[in-house]
Amino acid sequence: MIPVQFYLVISTLLFFIGVFGFISRKNLIGLLMSIELILNAVNINFVAFNRYLFPEQIEGYIYSLFVIVVAAAETAVAMAIIMNVYRKFGNETVKSIKELKN
Amino acid sequence: MELITANNIIFALLSVVVLGGGLLSVLTEKLMHAAFYLFLTLVGIAGLYLQMSYDFLAAAQLSVYAGGILMLFIFAIVLVHRIGENSEHVRIEKKVWAGIAALSGIALVLCTMFLFGNFSADASADQLVSNVNMELIGRTLLGTGKHQYLLPFEATGILLLACIIGALVIANKEKEDKE
Repeated sequence: MIPVQFYLVISTLLFFIGVFGFISRKNLIGLLMSIELILNAVNINFVAFNRYLFPEQIEGYIYSLFVIVVAAAETAVAMAIIMNVYRKFGNETVKSIKELKN
Repeated sequence: MELITANNIIFALLSVVVLGGGLLSVLTEKLMHAAFYLFLTLVGIAGLYLQMSYDFLAAAQLSVYAGGILMLFIFAIVLVHRIGENSEHVRIEKKVWAGIAALSGIALVLCTMFLFGNFSADASADQLVSNVNMELIGRTLLGTGKHQYLLPFEATGILLLACIIGALVIANKEKEDKE
């Protein structure tokens, strides 16, 4: 059995890879992909803690199921918004969003 | 303890796939490539779940993330993004700052984890409980007792409905304006 620390290290690295992408990307779709990476890192944490600390309960398991569903919903709505931004401004970079203020 | 077992090798491969996919998907300039690398990461994470013998979760990860969300991404890229045109002219200093932020975050979390973490619970996990059976998952999701989750389940249903309607309304705004 792999020690739980390994899973935690993987999830930490994945989380901050996602943070890096979120800061450095300019494209809205790229931003959304980084958010998916972050959510997945959190899911790994939930599942690993559930598996190693309380193997007879499934709280973390259920929670990560909910996270998956909410991520799907969030992505669908964000895609609709991105379509709209593209229709209005002709591209989908973060800069074009600034104009929504007016 | 033996170091090179099948379990450990599979774990090493999966972690390389997960982290490499994530890193490449963040670093690549082309969005379509980023989507494919993201696919690698998601499949690798499903493999990690399988290794923890949570097979329903792995199936959900594969079907919802790798099957659903990634398709959505690819559709959006094809519809919205002009492939070939590179809209990602990120200034190098921004990348450097992002790298510094990410690296310092990693250092902070890992230091905290290994200096103050107390990981003595590993031994109990050695006896693998067999797979979580579907009946337990179903009862936990749809039960009303303690540690059972009917209400969040229903709330998720409402969220999905709202999300469908919201996505339709937002995506159709243009037509309404014309009328």
